Amino acid sequence: MSQVAVDVPKGGFSFDLCRRNDMLAKKGVQQPSYRKTGTTIVGLIFQDGVILGADTRATEGPIVCDKNCEKIHYMAPNIYCCGAGTAADTEAVTDMVSSQLQLHRYHTGRESRVVTALTLLKKHLFNYQGHVSAALVLGGVDVTGPHLHTIYPHGSTDTLPFATMGSGSLAAMAMFESKYKEGMTRDEGIKLVTEAICSGIFNDLGSGSNVDVCVITKGHKEYLRNHLVPTPRTYVSAEGYKFTKKTEVLFTKITPLTEKVVVLEGGDAMEE
Amino acid sequence: MASSDMDHNAPHSMGTTIIGVTYDGGVVLGADSRTSTGVYVANRASDKITQLTDNVYVCRSGSAADSQVVSDYVRYFLHQHTIQLGQPATVKVCANLVRLLSYGNKNMLETGLIVGGWDKYEGGKIYGIPLGGTLLELPFAIGGSGSSYLYGFFDQAWKEGMTKDEAEQLVVKAVSLAIARDGASGGVVRTVVINSEGVTRNYYPGDKLPLWHEELEPQNSLLDILNTASPEPMNI
Repeated sequence: MSQVAVDVPKGGFSFDLCRRNDMLAKKGVQQPSYRKTGTTIVGLIFQDGVILGADTRATEGPIVCDKNCEKIHYMAPNIYCCGAGTAADTEAVTDMVSSQLQLHRYHTGRESRVVTALTLLKKHLFNYQGHVSAALVLGGVDVTGPHLHTIYPHGSTDTLPFATMGSGSLAAMAMFESKYKEGMTRDEGIKLVTEAICSGIFNDLGSGSNVDVCVITKGHKEYLRNHLVPTPRTYVSAEGYKFTKKTEVLFTKITPLTEKVVVLEGGDAMEE
Repeated sequence: MASSDMDHNAPHSMGTTIIGVTYDGGVVLGADSRTSTGVYVANRASDKITQLTDNVYVCRSGSAADSQVVSDYVRYFLHQHTIQLGQPATVKVCANLVRLLSYGNKNMLETGLIVGGWDKYEGGKIYGIPLGGTLLELPFAIGGSGSSYLYGFFDQAWKEGMTKDEAEQLVVKAVSLAIARDGASGGVVRTVVINSEGVTRNYYPGDKLPLWHEELEPQNSLLDILNTASPEPMNI
């Protein structure tokens, strides 16, 4: 056997594929797109607490990859967080902070506070200098009252009575700026949140499908999944898709394949 | 869709006008309230004057994330320092802690800060800490993108030994002038007055500010503007 000279890798991460990707990019080959939540997410404070709202479309470049995804993530029994940006980043960062909050609850024996979640999220995002592409609307009610915050990918936060994020945020903010008032009732608040999300769904290409709403009050929360379906699938037939004309059979011809079985006479007996 | 996503990944920066002025007996800090992400106003009512200790506040400008993180760290260090010292921290210590963080991380941070407060040893003091981490003790300091329009104004209008009301009116006038000319500043004017008696926060909404050259009166609707007679013929 001839000796084949092979470079044995010395261990550690192999950057060969990175070089390949660079070479392909130079030749004009596009990188595959990753899943983003184009998104309209909103939050507002009403008289009894906080209402969060989100659309349900997830996109991969120009394609809708999930028509009914959940963008309102659980953080604590009294705190929920809407996420816009790269779907993997928003899921991962909210799951991570949700676990950290639960450990903190065990450690302190108290209900989690919204500012705790806020600080954990902003520390993490600042440490990654904006590369964790998660833009969040964090809302909840704790012992100090109702709170609503926005968190940007670079780690800065704002505290607001009403907030919108995502590609549809301009459309939703237009609705809020014209109709928001302090001390709204639950029904008024849900109506305004729904209007704002619908404004994003209809006017922004990155948002669509249904409206999810989450109402958080002192000691109680309601997750209204698909609270509104403004773009129903009206073309679906109950019988399923039927071909209008049957494919006709003109004639049938069966050609059996010739058998190629060779039977050995005698031969060696099997040995054990 | 893609371009508005890029805007949200644009660093959240505070276009900003921030001012700190000493007067006879204390300091007045002032700021606008606009936080922008690219060309979108992300928060039109933000509070850029953050508390560090009971008697020292800081005005933040530049990157919102960087300035929030720096002021959070300094507040934490000052809390420990106050416990160890057994009395309120001096303004000089607060300013130096900010400077140590700004200068030590100058390659990573993009934030200009104005630290102002009152302590029993030196009275009212203002310290400017611009981008590189220099520490400057000044009778008045201005910062942010809107400050470019105020250098000449302050050279003419600031004087030693003003009263509290004079100083506050000067700050409000200056911020509203900068808001009139700088696109990245806007919203409301917030002021914080710090002296031996304590801290007073004030708030001047947009419609209470004086109007400057060619600015319109606040209207309820654009139709009102069309209906009112034009004030005077335009000069060519």
